[in-house]
Amino acid sequence: MTETYTIEGGPVELHRSSFDVADFPLPTGREEDWRFTPLDRLRGLLEDQPSGAELSWTTDLPEGVTLTSVGAEDALLRTVPKVFDRVGALALQNSTGAVVVKVAANAELDRPVVLKLHGSGADVVWGHIVLDVGANSRAQIVIEHSGTTRYAGVLSVLVADGAKLTLVGVQGWDRDAVHAQHVNVRLGKDATIASTQVTLGGDLVRFVENVEYTGTGGDAEMAGLYIADAGQHQEHRLFVDHSAPKCRSNVVYKGALQGEGAHTVWVGDVMIRATAEGTDTYEMNRNLVLTDGTRADSVPNLEIETGEILGAGHASTTGRFDDEQLFYLQARGIPEEEARRLVVRGFFAELIHRIGIPDLQERLLTAIEAELGGEPEAAIGAVNQ
Amino acid sequence: MATLEIRDLHVSVETEQGPKEILRGVDLTIASGQTHAIMGPNGSGKSTLAYSIAGHPKYTITSGTVTLDGEDLLEMSVDERARAGLFLAMQYPVEVAGVTVSNFLRTAKTAIDGKAPSLRHWVKDVKGAMDNLKMDPEFAERDVNLGFSGGEKKRHEILQMELLKPKFAVLDETDSGLDVDALKVVSEGVNRVRENSEVGVLLITHYTRILRYIKPDFVHVFVDGKVAAEGGPELADELEANGYDRWTSASV
Repeated sequence: MTETYTIEGGPVELHRSSFDVADFPLPTGREEDWRFTPLDRLRGLLEDQPSGAELSWTTDLPEGVTLTSVGAEDALLRTVPKVFDRVGALALQNSTGAVVVKVAANAELDRPVVLKLHGSGADVVWGHIVLDVGANSRAQIVIEHSGTTRYAGVLSVLVADGAKLTLVGVQGWDRDAVHAQHVNVRLGKDATIASTQVTLGGDLVRFVENVEYTGTGGDAEMAGLYIADAGQHQEHRLFVDHSAPKCRSNVVYKGALQGEGAHTVWVGDVMIRATAEGTDTYEMNRNLVLTDGTRADSVPNLEIETGEILGAGHASTTGRFDDEQLFYLQARGIPEEEARRLVVRGFFAELIHRIGIPDLQERLLTAIEAELGGEPEAAIGAVNQ
Repeated sequence: MATLEIRDLHVSVETEQGPKEILRGVDLTIASGQTHAIMGPNGSGKSTLAYSIAGHPKYTITSGTVTLDGEDLLEMSVDERARAGLFLAMQYPVEVAGVTVSNFLRTAKTAIDGKAPSLRHWVKDVKGAMDNLKMDPEFAERDVNLGFSGGEKKRHEILQMELLKPKFAVLDETDSGLDVDALKVVSEGVNRVRENSEVGVLLITHYTRILRYIKPDFVHVFVDGKVAAEGGPELADELEANGYDRWTSASV
């Protein structure tokens, strides 16, 4: 792909984290972490207003998994990672408790945990979900979002020592939904997460994903794909905080943009602290611009406080559809439209295939085809089947 | 029998200084079953000829005609030309991440034939052609040209030629960057297609080396955007001995 548009970022801004709303004043839009976000389109998610509204839940819980609601005073909620912005703090405060999905230690689940969250109202919804993945367990957890809502959520992902979690998030919202989400991952010693966030729907979707390590051997694969249509704002901000030695992280986000006013933002911050010797990290963002009138912001930042690392790198490319690829495929008789689909499908297929949940992969590929075929409603229909 | 006919072809490219004419009146006629070598020094316009026939958007045809069996190729899109029976083996094959060789070949075959190939025969054909070209079976599951060595890319081009069975194949410097062993394998591949079909071949090359393995029926010396001399295989021997000087100095 041609590199037509690249922003190389500077050092990592120090990330302030807290549980307290008072630590996060109302942003003006000039702050580093808000400068790309159209604040008015958050439609109330920055305001401290209690709400009893909830998303409706459909769940599939295999053996070894329990789901409980806990109150705000529950001890577990004092141990989750802090949040990094006002929306996250408001979600923690106003959700008054959390839904806790617990995977038993040593469990090896025979099928994925599925949480389907559906919105059907204009009210603001605050939510906090804790995924408590027990030591040495193996689990796949899928969280699917559909319908319409104004939702601010915090997902606390606690992966205990030796556990291996596959996490998939699907944002299959209706076109008018607003969704601001924290995903805070804490990895224990030798714990692994392979995460994939798929953002297709919504008017504004903003993800803040953070990874922290509490021991050696932690491994985070943080992937994502997004397709922004006309007028959609899709933002994914990642912060990987390497403070423990001999941990690994790999961030791969790919996006496509089509239609007037489609706007995507990807910010990838990686901090390698002095204590994190033996770190191996890479982050990459690739954007495929399919039409005029779109805007892709891509900002990788890397800060390294120790020289004793295995590797650290980043790459960001934003490019037009590659005419040479198109020529090559057409020169083999493949019509232009089919050639385009083949290339864009190929662009995303790599990320989809590594999810490891075949029927979900099939749905996602169908939805991507529909999106690229200019049928966003059919895409949302397909992904929420 | 089919004929690929190029008449008085003029082609320019856009440069910062405005349009620049590269081809200045090319005449060539290739019949089915014939192999024509186009030989010329760097910058003589050989590759421009290849890409213009195939329809690359970078090149503008300012006058002349190219017909395949009387059909106007220049009126067709790139994919229509391929479906009409034209094949271009590229000097620099393009990487297509996320698309496997196997998927690519099947999609191309389906497009060329207008219907999906019968699965049983297809799998056998692909495997046989890959064996012949000494390509590891795992190639089929790799992404198109991604991380291929120079030799692997050229084998992959000839693999496509074998499977897509074109009426006319333009081989653009297929010999460049190949060591002797790879050159033999690739040449044998081209010769197999020549034996097993009525393909007409336009073999574009800078060096005579590949002509030891692929015997041309005709040799055209290409200088300064047009054919400067024509003859039989003996013309290649003269080029081998004396180089292009005679024609390049004559054109000054």
